[in-house]
Amino acid sequence: MAFDYQKDEQNIVTVTMDMPGRSANVINDEFSKAMMTTVDKLEQEDSLAGVIITSAKKTFLAGGDLEMLFQQEDPEATFKLVEKGKALSRKLETLGKPLVAAINGTALGGGLELALCCHYRIVIDNPKIKIGFPEVTLGLLPGGGGVARLPRLIGLQSSFPFLMEGKQVNPIAAMEAGIIDELATDQKDMFEKAQDWILSNPGSAQPWDKKGYKMPGGTPQHPQIAQMLAIAPAMLKKKTIGNYPAPEAIMTAATEGALVDFETASRIESRYFVKLVTGKVAKNMINAFWFQLNEINSGASRPKNVEPTETKKLGVLGSGLMGHGITYVSALSGLEVVMTDSSQEYAENGLSRIKTILNEGIKHGRTTKEKVDEILNRITATADYKKLADCDLIIEAVFEDRELKAKVTGMAENIMDSNGVFASNTSTLPITGLAKKSIRPEKFIGIHFFSPVHKMKLVEIIIGGKTSAETIAKAFDYGLKIRKIPIVVNDSRGFYTSRVFSTYTNEGLSLLAEGNHPQAIESAGKKAGMPVGPLAVTDEVNLGLVARIRNQTRKDMAEEGKEFPPVPADAVIDLMTEQVNRLGRANGGGFYEYPENGKKYLWPDLQKHFPPAKYPLTQDEMIERMLFAQVIETIRCYEENVVTSVADANIGSIFGWGFAPFKGGTLQFVNDYGIQEFEKRAQELVKKYGARFAPPKLLMKMAANNETF
Amino acid sequence: MVNEAFIFDALRTPRGKRKNGALNEITPADLAAKLLSKLQQKHSLDTAHVDDVVMGCVTPIGDQGGNIGKTAAQYAGWDVDVPGMQVNRFCATGLETVNMAAMKIRSGWEDLVVAGGIECMSRTPMGSDGGAMAFEPKVNLKTSFVPQGIGADLIATIENFSRDDMDNYALESQKRAAKATNKKYFKSLVPIEDQNGLSILEHDEHIRHDITIEGLKGLNPSFEMMGNMGYDAVALQKYTDVETINHVHTAGNSSGIVDGAAIALVGSAEKGKSLGIRPRAKVLAAATVATDPTIMLTGPGPATKKALNKARMSIKDIDLMEVNEAFAVVVLRFLRDMELDSMDNVNVNGGSIAMGHPLGATGAMLLGTALDELERSDLQTALITLCVGGGMGIATIIERV
Repeated sequence: MAFDYQKDEQNIVTVTMDMPGRSANVINDEFSKAMMTTVDKLEQEDSLAGVIITSAKKTFLAGGDLEMLFQQEDPEATFKLVEKGKALSRKLETLGKPLVAAINGTALGGGLELALCCHYRIVIDNPKIKIGFPEVTLGLLPGGGGVARLPRLIGLQSSFPFLMEGKQVNPIAAMEAGIIDELATDQKDMFEKAQDWILSNPGSAQPWDKKGYKMPGGTPQHPQIAQMLAIAPAMLKKKTIGNYPAPEAIMTAATEGALVDFETASRIESRYFVKLVTGKVAKNMINAFWFQLNEINSGASRPKNVEPTETKKLGVLGSGLMGHGITYVSALSGLEVVMTDSSQEYAENGLSRIKTILNEGIKHGRTTKEKVDEILNRITATADYKKLADCDLIIEAVFEDRELKAKVTGMAENIMDSNGVFASNTSTLPITGLAKKSIRPEKFIGIHFFSPVHKMKLVEIIIGGKTSAETIAKAFDYGLKIRKIPIVVNDSRGFYTSRVFSTYTNEGLSLLAEGNHPQAIESAGKKAGMPVGPLAVTDEVNLGLVARIRNQTRKDMAEEGKEFPPVPADAVIDLMTEQVNRLGRANGGGFYEYPENGKKYLWPDLQKHFPPAKYPLTQDEMIERMLFAQVIETIRCYEENVVTSVADANIGSIFGWGFAPFKGGTLQFVNDYGIQEFEKRAQELVKKYGARFAPPKLLMKMAANNETF
Repeated sequence: MVNEAFIFDALRTPRGKRKNGALNEITPADLAAKLLSKLQQKHSLDTAHVDDVVMGCVTPIGDQGGNIGKTAAQYAGWDVDVPGMQVNRFCATGLETVNMAAMKIRSGWEDLVVAGGIECMSRTPMGSDGGAMAFEPKVNLKTSFVPQGIGADLIATIENFSRDDMDNYALESQKRAAKATNKKYFKSLVPIEDQNGLSILEHDEHIRHDITIEGLKGLNPSFEMMGNMGYDAVALQKYTDVETINHVHTAGNSSGIVDGAAIALVGSAEKGKSLGIRPRAKVLAAATVATDPTIMLTGPGPATKKALNKARMSIKDIDLMEVNEAFAVVVLRFLRDMELDSMDNVNVNGGSIAMGHPLGATGAMLLGTALDELERSDLQTALITLCVGGGMGIATIIERV
């Protein structure tokens, strides 16, 4: 049995969820059956005093089974399924007996919904326990009564951060928010408190089932709530640009639900839930942020048959932007780190930047002085290479200069643990080439971090021509250890992430060359789901670098006897770098002007150099061009074996350069679009804009068989 | 043969300030009834002849809710046979009722109609009637709702009008209104008295006779904060060629929030003849349009063109124009739309920036103001136009008879 059912001498029934063969309780068929049996049994109890619901697992209840939700396609069947589950919890809620949730561990999503269905919630005061609704982060809404109940419990406005932003809190904060009624010191205390409450509240019912109930803070008709509701959609749209249906559905269902009785509110919630769960965005997001992320974290791209490795001491060469970031995240995860630079002064500078990040953490209450000292104690900042002696992993983060990199590689390899791995944090130089200067090329690998290192979750591990499986495993395990998401790719110009990302900015530049309004291009970039418009991000990357990479690529390709296909963007790069010398933010201005005491704004002369087209493109056309450029380049990378798994491609695109999360990543984009429609559209783009949109053979083959990525 | 619709008269109350204003104390039913009574007395009107009282109100709740048209007619002691109704076309309401009255007359189905509108904004704040456009999230989201001020600032940004342009316009509105008041140009104005015959308000109370350009320039932009919170982003997601919205509108160069009411008596020639009331003008054409609801305030140009087209006239045939000063930019944008390069015959006696904009009444007030000025200056034709919430626009063309 999935639930244990015990009635004590006080006529209190304790229902303990304990699904066999699982580490956590989840809401699936088995759960529903157990719940149904339990509710039936409770209904037939004579002289029942009350019910305590708790869990025998470490967590309370994990929520809906995503496998099951992911498969929902038919709205009618899904609606019936959801309504059936909710009818059951409503029956439990209105049994007429006190109902207590004894929350022994994390209660997220469906777990919190079950708790909200109870009349009283007691949680063990363990700061690691999390309370919240993560549904929105997977494109869903809490469809098991969460949207109907939370606003009724704590008010509409207070419920929005939990429902719409997926805010998760610890027990104390949950109590402050009004979600939790009482804290318990431990399991025993929790049950005692639950029993006491039951015995002293024999006629308990939910507030919303009592006569004269008023919603905390007022309904949407209250002037203050109405004012909030007039601007809340704009505040949301400012963030989501209309690309995320879930928070919109939540805001709507919660608001409309607040104007009607509970049963109607619950039904409204079900309808919006069904629309989301059977829709594309939820599928894309569950696929990426649940299935594929889990696949990566469980080591799908890690070489099999290599024992787990552990990095004992890390060396970081260079204390600049990337070097100090790598040192910081590694020390934070418990690693001993030696950070070197060419002088003690430079090394100290890097260390003080780390202190700045850590002190911010103290200021915002995320960490304590003691913990910060502990972290800093793990870091040695030095100009003395000898201190690298027993490092078993070294990452170089010096300038992107082949000779300099060769020099530091040689110096470090002579000192470090001879069984250790040497990694380059290059973003542009091929690893196989760099490895030629290594004395142990099989122990040489690329670990590409993204800036800012402490915020960007991805690391791109690049396999050189001679890199061994053990070396890959070591880099991969290190990536997980520092709580990053490691993807594994093969060596290629720009690897995977830089190569595909550049097609986004290039397409933006091409649109400018064709005379589209610069602001319209930026708007289209953001509407496409990219975090920053193509012109703004190019200013950050620096046009000088863009030009150097392009020119190098052109030269390399010429040497390989290949033709470098010209694109309209070339004219923009040439003008900006050669004629007007506007390279980007770091050089005082690029596509934007950067006034010292003000907001940046587009360089007014842009339209002089790129006169407006007679028929500028629509936003939709620009959006598709910028997205298709990236997706097609990803398919090429996949075809060429640069990126070898669909999960790595999707997750790498989202976490590496912020590709539209609601599309589920660059390859999932094709599934979302429909592979045959995608191919057809790519062919149209070829006709209108050139060969860069040509669908790769792999895509055409897959389209012919109507396959998905 | 079309039945022409004649305007026999137009009356209005003075406009009272929202804060500590003289009209705050008067209920809407009372204020509207005072105008109806004045009309009745002035023309010794047997009210049994009135086919309908069509009265507008934009926020028809509380004491101005529940069909203010019928309520006012009843309270004014008009004949029990007189029906009444309430109309809402947002800021166009007061003029819409005139147009509806004209349509009733031109259809031949009715012969004498009272049109008009009321808004006691001090008692019933704007927006307090709720409504899905702003307050229902799914509607708000789908239609890219932003408040009018954001639309006004967006127009100024697109048209490249500066803050100075707005403030200079506002100063001119105030000067013109002050002059018209001092010289007693507003013949349609009915002083408001209490039940003892004591004066409550005789003139438009919102006019700032001591206004200076420096004072105007010192005011904070009204819509910047809400714009930053999200409304700017919503508008710019639609107006993708615009980088940032320049917030140029202030309390000084936008229309004032006031209390007021206005009515007009519209009827057929025959009815006028039989009652012995001389018509002052006839309605040549009326038009309503809608444009993009997010930018919201660009309706007057298209509405005017539609009305001119119906009347087979060109803008050059219009002697006098009343363009509602909801925001300074609305008038400036209208001039540009109509390719007019002078303000000489536009809002010659000021407008809503100086005198205030009692939402449901303003359209009917502008009609009276235009009529008074046509007679005073001995001109023939006038255009009245307003921008309207939801992106709508309205225009009416009248001709003296």
